[in-house]
Amino acid sequence: MMTDSLLCVEHLTMRFGGLSAINDLSFHAKKNQITAIIGPNGAGKTTVFNCLTGFYKPNVGKISLTSPSGRIFLLERMEGFRIAKEARLARTFQNIRLFTGMSVLENLMVAQHNLLMRASLYSLAGLFGSSSFRRAEQRALELARYWLNKIGLLDYADQPAGSLPYGSQRRLEIARAMCTDPVLLCLDEPAAGLNPKESYDLNGLLLDIRSEFQIGILLIEHDMSVVMNISDHVVVLDHGARIAEGSPTAVQADPAVIHAYLGTAPEEPTC
Amino acid sequence: MRDLRLTTAFRDATAAALLAALLALPMLGFQLTGTAQGLTLDTRFPWVGYAALTVFCGRLALSLAGQILAPLFKAKLSLPFLLAAPPGRLRNIAGWTMVVLAIGLPLTPFTDRNLLDKATLLLIYVMLGWGLNIVVGLAGLLDLGYVAFYAVGAYSYALLSQNFGLSFWLCLPFAGALAASFGILLGFPVLRLRGDYLAIVTLGFGEIVRVILLNWQDVTNGPVGISGIQRPSFFGLPFLASQPGHTTFHEFFGIPFSTEHRIYFLYYLILALALTTNIFTHRIRRLPIGRAWEALREDETACRSLGIDPTKTKLSAFALGAMFAGFAGSFFATRQGFISPESFTFIESAIILAIVVLGGMGSQIGIVLAAILLVGLPEWFRELQQYRMLAFGGAMVLIMLWRPRGLLANREPTLRLPPLAAENPGERPK
Ligand SMILES: Nc1ncnc2c1ncn2[C@@H]1O[C@H](COP(=O)(O)OP(=O)(O)OP(=O)(O)O)[C@@H](O)[C@H]1O
Ligand SMILES: [Mg+2]
Repeated sequence: MMTDSLLCVEHLTMRFGGLSAINDLSFHAKKNQITAIIGPNGAGKTTVFNCLTGFYKPNVGKISLTSPSGRIFLLERMEGFRIAKEARLARTFQNIRLFTGMSVLENLMVAQHNLLMRASLYSLAGLFGSSSFRRAEQRALELARYWLNKIGLLDYADQPAGSLPYGSQRRLEIARAMCTDPVLLCLDEPAAGLNPKESYDLNGLLLDIRSEFQIGILLIEHDMSVVMNISDHVVVLDHGARIAEGSPTAVQADPAVIHAYLGTAPEEPTC
Repeated sequence: MRDLRLTTAFRDATAAALLAALLALPMLGFQLTGTAQGLTLDTRFPWVGYAALTVFCGRLALSLAGQILAPLFKAKLSLPFLLAAPPGRLRNIAGWTMVVLAIGLPLTPFTDRNLLDKATLLLIYVMLGWGLNIVVGLAGLLDLGYVAFYAVGAYSYALLSQNFGLSFWLCLPFAGALAASFGILLGFPVLRLRGDYLAIVTLGFGEIVRVILLNWQDVTNGPVGISGIQRPSFFGLPFLASQPGHTTFHEFFGIPFSTEHRIYFLYYLILALALTTNIFTHRIRRLPIGRAWEALREDETACRSLGIDPTKTKLSAFALGAMFAGFAGSFFATRQGFISPESFTFIESAIILAIVVLGGMGSQIGIVLAAILLVGLPEWFRELQQYRMLAFGGAMVLIMLWRPRGLLANREPTLRLPPLAAENPGERPK
């Protein structure tokens, strides 16, 4: 039971001035599972991600991530880029953050920066075109090709990322995060702005990632069709606090959740 | 339709002329003249008329030209080959043509000492532009104090060669390393800042270096500068008529002495240095570090989420940019034989930055074109005298209106997806 616990958040609190965006929040995410975080607008979901990835330093709380090697990283003490580089936690953003002027392929290559930097001996070997660097670059290109194929953008590899349609940009951002070889993938509303067909395909992609790479996925989502269909575990936030947790069906029936979403009294749920 | 536009143009021009007259009345209409009796006030009302007439004609011509040219611009018919941002291949051809032209320039019959001197100066700016391009164009760090590193390079060479008698070729790496260390020294505290703040701090740094050079009398000789700096030698063979105890260049090669040998040598030296900068940038842009610079320029937050250390990455760009400024500085010192803080004022930083921005952030050929435009043309048009800077400003405004993203703004991807070998792309590489 404890062995497959990947991420453990305990008593997380984040205040902005007088506002408590997150209030004493605790939850787990397991390896090989999709954990969804849902909640009304402004519930503090993105803030949780920002605390996990080091963009914000939480006021109180402990965030520990267990790497496959068994090493435990205390994320709240780490600098943002180290969380991605050493603890191997990757994320996407609610408002897509691609390198829009760079090509689709370059976006995927930048994600493999640390690996390629080591291979190029911090650019020294790379400048002289050493063969070991060439091979590493070749492997990186093949990984990029694999992901391009998976997200259906193989024909757009050399286009600027900013020229892609919205749905493709969302998928590219996920592929880019996956190229960092993460142990936990955090997705902030990946289905936002997608049409039903794209949203359905996204479900397939996420399930695929889970089964093929055996990693944990943390998913913020408003689209209930996505949440209910693919998540293994759901955490419901409201006003920065956890109001329910459990399997999708259990959460769906929880009166507190219905109250948070529909605003009725918890005692008398309406349909 | 045409007529209607004509009347608007006339009305517009009349309004402009009235405004000009109003302004010209106090500025041109009256003149104080000193006579034996003291100051008298003269009137020059016809001048006001001339001013108004000039503005009227100019404004009319401008709006008519705008009306006639606008459809052409819309159809993109008027754009000559440079403007329709050339694709990779064309750009390669243009680049190699430029290199061949630059190498062949001294051999053409119409080349004289004067032209070569100006070309050398131009190449210094091209090299500085290429160096700053790493910082501003690739990494997106707005550096307004780039000339400080140029100064560090120049003074390093001057002091090392004067105090320790080191040769140019020995000093060159030292000067580069010193300038790079200065880059790191400055970079550490300030690279956390973004955009405008970084620009202001680097501007300050540039000034601090100049003020130190001015005031540290014991070392830098203050405002007087350092003179008698060792001139370049051809790998140990000095370009002199004769030197006791030394073989000179012309003696070694058995050719008659000419003062032009040195000019030719300096030209090829800066050409080699500049091309080194170019090749280096060209290569490093295709390495992970180069891509990380560009990614950092586009989105620092996203970079952090991918595990890229922003501070180290920026610092490397800053240090490498500074190193090339250091090389260029040493060359400047050996070419001039004399340096003083005068040569390293803010305007130099501004011109180099203008070259990079005008060239189209990150475009190597664009920088050459911009350098020709901003440094070359003003040099050749010295006859314009004080109107030179006016023309310079006007030209910059026009170019920015016409190509707001720089002369050559199209970006070539650093690598393309190679065609598939044999295996299935659906397979996960391991
Ligand atoms: N940097 C910040 N400074 C001040 N307040 C902030 C900051 N970031 C978030 N907040 C506040 O914290 C609360 C939670 O915001 P958050 O973005 O986490 O919500 P969310 O659950 O992601 O909402 P949505 O579904 O709209 O994305 C909001 O009230 C927001 O205004
Ligand atoms: Mg959000």
